[in-house]
Amino acid sequence: MRILLLIVIGITGGVIGGMGMGGGTLLIPLLTLAAGIEQHAAQSINLIAFIPMSVVALIIHVKNKLVDGKYLLWVALPAVAASVPASLLIRRLGGKILSRFFGGFLILLGGYQFASIIVSKVREYRAAHKNEKNRLYKNVYK
Amino acid sequence: MKKAAERSVKIGGGALIGFVNGFFGGGGGMLCVPLLEKILDEPTKKAHATAILIILPISIASAVTYIASGYFSFFDTLITGAGVIAGGIAGALLLKKLPPRAVGVIFAAMMIAVGARLAFF
Repeated sequence: MRILLLIVIGITGGVIGGMGMGGGTLLIPLLTLAAGIEQHAAQSINLIAFIPMSVVALIIHVKNKLVDGKYLLWVALPAVAASVPASLLIRRLGGKILSRFFGGFLILLGGYQFASIIVSKVREYRAAHKNEKNRLYKNVYK
Repeated sequence: MKKAAERSVKIGGGALIGFVNGFFGGGGGMLCVPLLEKILDEPTKKAHATAILIILPISIASAVTYIASGYFSFFDTLITGAGVIAGGIAGALLLKKLPPRAVGVIFAAMMIAVGARLAFF
């Protein structure tokens, strides 16, 4: 039963991750809330579970020439340097408090996603509207 | 953007992404894509692809640290990981068939609901 639950949770997280929308942000709460796994352990599962998929995706993207190596030095290097102390810092936190932090992080991400969808919708609407106006002027001053 | 300013943005953004991804065991990609796309002006597809290149080494470094700290369950990771791979393939195929904005709205609502559940209860 537990195996089945973990597979279903994995597939759900994988589908969202495969769509490029951060599957991990949903996989972790599914593991804690639905499968009762402790927060630190759930985060560890997420980190490891997405590595094979990322490797495959990266190979495909490199073949399609979509990957830019110029960010390795100035973005990836400081990122790796910051990730290790952050990973050590959670040793000092209990599962409950880490889970609350994670909840706050999810709210921020969800809010940002909502805002960016609204912004792109408004931009699209404006662009369409502008064309309409231009057409109207053209018709009037033909 | 001036070169020095751009470099500070890259280093600062990278450090933030790394910290968040290590602290929460994920979510770095959700910050990395907007950094590349909105701030450093990369096209959407390239931003998504390059984000994986940046997140992968962070995830490996964090995973090693987590395992060293004892946060590791071989069985749970293996089973969930198998599901993730199957789901990942399905997700990549589905992406072409679903309206991305509708999916984005549903996903955002889910994140806020789950986030509130975790943060406040």
